[in-house]
Amino acid sequence: MRSIVGLAVLAAALAGCGGGSEALTVYSGREEELVAPLFERFTAETGIEVEVRYGDSAELAATIAEEGGSSPADVFFAQDPGSLGAVEAQLAPLPAAILERVDARFRDAGGRWVGTSGRTRVIVYNTEALREDEVPDSVFDLIDPRWKGRIGIAPTNASFQAFVTAMRLAVGDERTRRWLLDLKRLEPKTYEKNTPIVEAVAAGEVDLGLVNHYYLYLVREEQPDAPIANHFLRAGDPGALVSVAGAGVLASSDQPGEAERFVEFLLSDAGQRFYVEEAEEAEYPLVAGIPARPGLPPLAKLRGPSVDLTSFGAEHEATIELLRETGYLT
Amino acid sequence: MSPGAGRRAPLPLVLAAGLVVAALLLPLAYLTVRVAGGGRALEILGEDTTWRLVGNTVLLAAGVVAAAVAVGVPLAWLVTRTDLPGRRLWAAAAAVPLVIPSYVAAFCLLGFFGERGLLAEALGVERLPDVHGYWGSLVALTLATYPYVFLLAQSALYELDPALEEAARGLGHSTRSVLLRVTGPALRPAAGAGALLVALYTLSDFGVVSLMRYDTLTRAIFVQYKSLFDRAPAATLALLLVSLTAVALVLEYRTRQRGRLYRSGPGARRRQPAVPLGRWTAPALAFCAAVIGLFLVLPAGVLGYWLARGVANRRELRVPWNEALGSLSASGLAAGVAVLAALPVAVLALRYPSRAARLLERLCYAGNALPGLVVALSLVFFAARYATPVYQTLALLVFAYVVRFFPQGLSGVESALERVSPRYEEAARSLGRGPLATLALVTVPLARSGVLAGAALVFLSAMKELPATLLLRPIGFETLATEIWKLTQVGAYSQAALPALALIAVSGPVLYLLSASLRPESGGSG
Repeated sequence: MRSIVGLAVLAAALAGCGGGSEALTVYSGREEELVAPLFERFTAETGIEVEVRYGDSAELAATIAEEGGSSPADVFFAQDPGSLGAVEAQLAPLPAAILERVDARFRDAGGRWVGTSGRTRVIVYNTEALREDEVPDSVFDLIDPRWKGRIGIAPTNASFQAFVTAMRLAVGDERTRRWLLDLKRLEPKTYEKNTPIVEAVAAGEVDLGLVNHYYLYLVREEQPDAPIANHFLRAGDPGALVSVAGAGVLASSDQPGEAERFVEFLLSDAGQRFYVEEAEEAEYPLVAGIPARPGLPPLAKLRGPSVDLTSFGAEHEATIELLRETGYLT
Repeated sequence: MSPGAGRRAPLPLVLAAGLVVAALLLPLAYLTVRVAGGGRALEILGEDTTWRLVGNTVLLAAGVVAAAVAVGVPLAWLVTRTDLPGRRLWAAAAAVPLVIPSYVAAFCLLGFFGERGLLAEALGVERLPDVHGYWGSLVALTLATYPYVFLLAQSALYELDPALEEAARGLGHSTRSVLLRVTGPALRPAAGAGALLVALYTLSDFGVVSLMRYDTLTRAIFVQYKSLFDRAPAATLALLLVSLTAVALVLEYRTRQRGRLYRSGPGARRRQPAVPLGRWTAPALAFCAAVIGLFLVLPAGVLGYWLARGVANRRELRVPWNEALGSLSASGLAAGVAVLAALPVAVLALRYPSRAARLLERLCYAGNALPGLVVALSLVFFAARYATPVYQTLALLVFAYVVRFFPQGLSGVESALERVSPRYEEAARSLGRGPLATLALVTVPLARSGVLAGAALVFLSAMKELPATLLLRPIGFETLATEIWKLTQVGAYSQAALPALALIAVSGPVLYLLSASLRPESGGSG
């Protein structure tokens, strides 16, 4: 009996996948809870069915690398430039019309991936423990004994690592190493990702945390009264890095036309306004002329260190090495 | 002398067993390819951090094994051999944590004991000491694994011939002395087998050590994979994990060799007299209450609290029917396939014992301590290249579950076969039945309860599996575990509580089946 049920299920699953060649396959490192409506909108608008594999950006990048030329993925929609950079060799160049929708600082110099939404690093702080004017304007001002044991970081997370890459590129390896060692002496608490840091700040476990700006909104969904706020850092500070989530089309895709349409859609006015009007997490739209959600400083005003996101993929390894030498990673 | 020693095993049996073991070794083959391709293996083996990781990993595995045995064995003895009040109820409750995924356990423990967790709130204190690290990992993993030891010890206690204990008592030994000199040693093989499962689980688990921020090989492997470019370091660390598995296997084999006690004869299983606890009743009850309170009531309570908070905050809550169906079908298939695949290996090892057969059987464990991500990526590597039609289908997902949890199915099938006397099989053969017919008509029916127990263990593990499920499932295929992951990803604990409770509820009946099949009233054939 069980085997009959099993066979039926198996057959159904196989049949489901048999139709897969028609639908566009997207590997999404962005969370389903956040971006699922975008896919629905795309299908409604274009009639192109989309099948989405959700997962962790880095794990999906590793998957694409292991799949090699036989990857079923048509599009890789990732959380960070590093993951896209890691599979750069497997991505096809995008048409200029798509690339030019966003400022050059938000896309790959080689045109293989393009940023689709922006985020900035901030210091999230507990409003019961601190007034905003007490929160440092630069990550370098964090190196002060009074912050001992009060800082939350996520050194194994791609977003923190990207920030360290930015610091390396902006002020050099030596100064970054010193900063990391000094920070280490302040005994920061480490977390796996941004969300738990913001939760820990809300709970008062730590008083401030180095995170991307939009996680605040996710935690507010769960705890509407959480005593947390974002502090935006001084222009040019490495801690004010502006980075992107982005997308690229696989060179091995058997429907590159549809895949490009999807990336095009992500950068269309509707696809961009999604972050302003609907998304829980309030990221920045990247296309000019679409203002950010009220309450956020405008994108043009955000000035991180002047670094090239394109190099983040290639620089990643050196960052990991530095983090390991300074005892942040195992 | 073993029953089949000296006989040659039939070729189809050898081929079938060989094929199964070859399939189980795919992850190892992949790791070898990756290590060979990177060429940094020696450099990594020379680093201090690598050996610190090995030290941490061994320390954690040893600690969890010790704790699981310290909890599981006394609990099993109390509920089977004493007049402990409510022992049936305790016995049922004690097995339940087996269905709680360890990452959910870790979330719940942190939610309660965290510096600013529910306990701190309830006590009205500013903050509690930090529970992250070694001790937090130890508690969460003990919660997730002690039921293995408990169930196997319980089963062994039911099986133990009371005549041995009676004889000892007749020779003038006190109750305590019988316990130490007869019952304890007789439990060693079961405790050893349980401890092996616990050790393998601990070595491969990522969820707990990542949430508790304790650096082990598995956590380092994940971090390495996130560094994206060079996959050789991760593969080297993974091979180190495999060698730790070998150590665990050798240790377990030793306990098995030392502790074997045979029944004096086929003798009918008798009801064993209950040991009166007397003035030890209160401490025994306190022990049971502490275990169940910490490992079952607390996580269930935290999940309930989150659910209530979700209702209060008017979050959208959805009963995960589809996800439950996905979990059930994939795990059910995996359980069936795993025991089917275990049959040839077990028959070969037990009925035609030889050095080669034993090696083949032990090889089945080789990949078992590997983290799910490594197993998944190895199957991605092979299937995307050489088995495209099954890539990202349910079939490959089921295969991944079988690769990960095969030893659990094997242990069930083997323990069942051990109890079926080869005489029955010989009788069938002498009546003209072929080997296959004998297997189907005599051996499997007689070994039914053990086979079911093995299938149930695989099923329960597959229900909780996450890393391989994420990468290998057909697109759009959801399980309860992926649903929990998806929601905890964005910190939506109040929404994640429902699928977590559903996972426990759906696994419940299978767990009941498992513990029933390990009790003599319904299972076994004497």
